[in-house]
Amino acid sequence: MKLTKTLLATSALTVAASGATAQDMADSMTLVSWGGAYQNSQQKAYLEPYLEMNPDVSASWDESSNEAVAKLRAMNEAGNVTWDLVDVVASDAIRLCDEGLAMEVDHDELLKPAPDGTDASDDFGDLIVSDCFIPQIVYSTTFGYRTDMVPEGVEPPSDICSVFDLETYPGKRSLEQRPINNMEWALLCDGVAKDDVYDVLETSEGQDQALAKLDTIKDEVIWWSAGADTPQLLADGEIFMGSTYNGRLFSVIEEQDQPVGMMWDAQVFDLDGWIIPDDLPDDRLARVQDFVRFATDTQRLADQAAYISYGPARESSAPLVGDHAELGIAMGQHMPTAPDNSGNIFVYNYEFWADYRDDIDAKFQAWLAR
Amino acid sequence: MTDAASEPDKITGPTPDNALRAADKADDGPVLAADGKPLKQSLNRALRAQKLRALALIAPLLIFVLISFIAPIGDMLFRSVENQIVGETLPRTVTALTDYDAASEEAPGDDVFEAAYYDIFYAAENKMHTRLGSRLNYEMTGASSMFRKAGRGVDDIGEVYLDQFEDLDENWDEARPWAELMGDPDWISAQEGWDGESRMPAFELRSGIADILPRTATTYENFARFMQNEEEESPLEEEPWSVVHTALYQDLSEGDVSGYSGPRSDMLQGAADLVASPDFETISFRDGFEEIDEDWVTPEIWQIIKTYSPAYTSGYFLNSVDMQKTEEGPAMRDEDERIYGLLFQRTLFMSMVITFSCILLGYPVAYLLSNLPASRANLLMILVLLPFWTSLLVRTSAWKVMLQQQGVINDVLVWLGMVADDGRLVMINNQFGTIVAMTHILLPFMILPMYSVMSTIPPSYVRAARSLGATNWTSFWRVYFPQSVPGIGAGSILVFILSIGYYITPEIVGGTSGIFISNRIAYHISTSLNWGLAAALGSILLVVVLALYWAYDRIVGIDNVKLGG
Repeated sequence: MKLTKTLLATSALTVAASGATAQDMADSMTLVSWGGAYQNSQQKAYLEPYLEMNPDVSASWDESSNEAVAKLRAMNEAGNVTWDLVDVVASDAIRLCDEGLAMEVDHDELLKPAPDGTDASDDFGDLIVSDCFIPQIVYSTTFGYRTDMVPEGVEPPSDICSVFDLETYPGKRSLEQRPINNMEWALLCDGVAKDDVYDVLETSEGQDQALAKLDTIKDEVIWWSAGADTPQLLADGEIFMGSTYNGRLFSVIEEQDQPVGMMWDAQVFDLDGWIIPDDLPDDRLARVQDFVRFATDTQRLADQAAYISYGPARESSAPLVGDHAELGIAMGQHMPTAPDNSGNIFVYNYEFWADYRDDIDAKFQAWLAR
Repeated sequence: MTDAASEPDKITGPTPDNALRAADKADDGPVLAADGKPLKQSLNRALRAQKLRALALIAPLLIFVLISFIAPIGDMLFRSVENQIVGETLPRTVTALTDYDAASEEAPGDDVFEAAYYDIFYAAENKMHTRLGSRLNYEMTGASSMFRKAGRGVDDIGEVYLDQFEDLDENWDEARPWAELMGDPDWISAQEGWDGESRMPAFELRSGIADILPRTATTYENFARFMQNEEEESPLEEEPWSVVHTALYQDLSEGDVSGYSGPRSDMLQGAADLVASPDFETISFRDGFEEIDEDWVTPEIWQIIKTYSPAYTSGYFLNSVDMQKTEEGPAMRDEDERIYGLLFQRTLFMSMVITFSCILLGYPVAYLLSNLPASRANLLMILVLLPFWTSLLVRTSAWKVMLQQQGVINDVLVWLGMVADDGRLVMINNQFGTIVAMTHILLPFMILPMYSVMSTIPPSYVRAARSLGATNWTSFWRVYFPQSVPGIGAGSILVFILSIGYYITPEIVGGTSGIFISNRIAYHISTSLNWGLAAALGSILLVVVLALYWAYDRIVGIDNVKLGG
């Protein structure tokens, strides 16, 4: 009898407590993401399960992530931030944090620990590159090539330097219209050791060296600015090889069944994750924290990999990655983090590019225009 | 745009204006109106009322345009010179740098480092230091991480003192003893009685403490105010920042506190003895900064801070004409960093080419439209308007499919045997692609004004010329064409101004040789976040367009531009 009473009292308390928190939470959210297949993976893996658990909540997407920093800054200046959770790449998260536009979070407090009890900050590890950044996935920028355009009697390209080798692998290439990644690849293929790349790139001579290397293929390069460009160029046979995000190449190869091959060598790892805008009203903040806690737990991050070939940011999620939701192929081997693919990787140096982006970009654009 | 408006005297009927002039000309005394007042007066009143009514009628539109268009543009243009962030974030440093010779090869003295220590500490608490870092990074590579590191590193300087004071007496790292030492007793009791809901009683220094410990008093006051206003925490419960301990060390090493007998005097006396003892560890501000990052003791960062300390700067404008600020005044940038001059030239040149190709292609179409029987002209008109109803992106992407090397045109040419399979033409991702796609997109803006002018040219004029013996060509060239020039003028202005600010199409089909200045403006707005530079580039573009418009008015005459009958 006594036990029942206690139980009743406890459950009454729990109901009261959860009732109170639900009341304190806003019942709608605006999430910002990139659109396309990536946003779809978030919709399927995080949002739909969350909305099922919270039927009173409504959520809408804003596909503005590629100009999130500028828009968030404008909203902040206008004093009316309408976004609740923003998906950005790590470098943008660092900038938003620098500008005071993103909220600093305590990862251990906000996010769930791993199933084995490891703290969130240890589970994410080095991927927490900024106090404001809540990592979701690891993606990479790498090359794809047309398998039917490989010259006869030549091995398919498997080395990053084949991009710069017009004799063995003639044909057009596509590269992103910005210095980041291209400068590093150019130096790597100009005899600079991997560990020295950023030391060399700091100097004006090093920058010239990288541009000189890029100059050797400049006439054969189509410069892209949208992630969809390279897959389109590859599918149309406009180019022989081109750089883009590995998930885009996966969809060209596996989903669209084009004669395209992956070249994982010297892939550049980058991160994508959430930030919460600074100074949200309490009720909206409470809702978005509740959502983020759910959406970044071990299972949810692993689920996302069933829809897109990006690696989950939690170490504990990796063993849970299963099959593609529609194609049914095992996704593990298509992750940029898979051992077979990550033999030679390059990690985006956030601090370097935060400092040198403006300067090197000016040089790079002037070089492009010449 | 009609003649009547510019030449009122041509109107022969009575108008208020004419009546006024007539009244002025008459010299036989003031003409009186029916009510006995001078005619001029009552006419003026009537006119004023009319003008006010007209103004009231357009007021909603005027206010709307002012608020939603002129004001934001003005605000954006203002950013091209605005530079208050340096002076506001580093006020003490800027003052301390007044005497610093920016051309010298040496870093400034310790007083500047001291000022920078306090400034950056407060800036870091306000999270302003990284913002300033990204601002200065536009001028000096590396400033961004220097400020980010300094925001974390300035704590280390203060902790040198904090740790030693704390080792001596734990009260030095407690909130309450500090509050008793620095705060007014009345304020302390008021703060104690604070209910946690209403406004906190504003912190007040104890009288006389500022005379004994001037620096400590200022820094503690800053700390207490920040806690109350920004964090909404009671200073009675918050341990002071390490910057307060630094200030305390400075005060104790310079002043004498032996005469002090207020609250916590023994604690203060103990600290004074500790500072006086030879074992007390100190660190100069300069060394502290050197530990944060070696670049802080090089002259470059201080030169940049000094150069960009005024609230307004010409830096962005210099940047947008490929120049930069140096100690010796404005100078050209290195050759390998110049880009904007080239882009401005290219934008103007390509806009002109696009305008001319629109005239060439549009004129025959407009001529046909206005001379065909109505039923067929309507069909043609729909064809002209059709692109308007199609998304810009779709039209541009369609050109990609047409022009690319594995595209429709190249395929046809190869099939016809006109080009070899390995010699396919490069028609996209260059200037040619941009010109083709933009000409297609802007063509309706040329055809419609031409058509509306041409449709008002009476066919009888050309017939008259023919009947007087002119050939087809002469009657067209000498009679028809001159009358259609206003349409060309209007179309050209529209197309030229639209194309000068075009951005999407060059971005998609322009490659590297076909991009415009607006692509760089967009880059600085959305990617590099250098809004000042984007604003300066935008202002220059605006001025260029206005200047061209003015030149056009002088040469062609804006009265010769017609958008319709």
